[in-house]
Amino acid sequence: MEAPRDDGQAAARRAELTANDTTDAALVARCRAGDDDAWRELVERFSRYVFAIAVQGFRLGQQDAEDVFQDVFARVYERLGSLRDDDAVRPWIAQLTRRVCIDRFRSGSHESDADLDELPEVPAEDALTALEDAFDVHEAMAELPENCQQILDRFFARDESYRTIGDTLGLPAGTIASRISRCLDKLRDTFEGRNTPPATSGGQVT
Amino acid sequence: MSNYDHEQLSRLIGLLPPAPESWVQAAQELPAARRGLDQLVARAEADAAFRAQVLADLEQALQAEGVQPQPRVVEELRRLLADD
Repeated sequence: MEAPRDDGQAAARRAELTANDTTDAALVARCRAGDDDAWRELVERFSRYVFAIAVQGFRLGQQDAEDVFQDVFARVYERLGSLRDDDAVRPWIAQLTRRVCIDRFRSGSHESDADLDELPEVPAEDALTALEDAFDVHEAMAELPENCQQILDRFFARDESYRTIGDTLGLPAGTIASRISRCLDKLRDTFEGRNTPPATSGGQVT
Repeated sequence: MSNYDHEQLSRLIGLLPPAPESWVQAAQELPAARRGLDQLVARAEADAAFRAQVLADLEQALQAEGVQPQPRVVEELRRLLADD
């Protein structure tokens, strides 16, 4: 399989996509010990999740979402020492993010012009459940060969075209679709090997 | 029989796009920024001339301390010095 071409951001992206070798608990322990690299990894690991809760779950605008994003990680940094169960860092961050989003609405400092009553202060539970499922899928994706991680992430999460993906990874654009299909097969096997399927297919994030 | 088809998996992948790189970077630099701020404030508390110099150019002071002068960090420094 062809090696990905380095586009300047590829190394960081690879680091992000393969950052799941360390368990959450081990990562938290290293952060608590003052390991800056561990902190960087923790931010990388949960950045999409926090971003998605703010933007998709609570439909925050760009400025509010950025404020929430930075506030959440500042609080995580300050309060990591008080976390009772290091394995529970993910639900803890999710809860913290929801609380910061709600505080944002209640403070009246949000940027939206919409009527507050019309805003989804508390997103539908199935929307947040879908983000949980999405996080699990991304974790499973991190176990795939690097080329599969890159192709799936670029196409579905970054919305890149076949041409862009092909150019960046040094692959013929005409082969991207079949590669995506094969990688999704691998992902399904990996994901279903890791997880018990939910009772429902998960809710739509609207 | 599989409970996850390609459509479901692709939808779930797409639910978590990357956060803007600058946001991630700013959050990742939080420990270094906190240390830099603490050092600046400690020196400013002990040295009035240095405090005036920092207040005159917060961004420069942060850069000299090796801290990226992100707006949020600049504001935090301004607040900390005002609290002195």
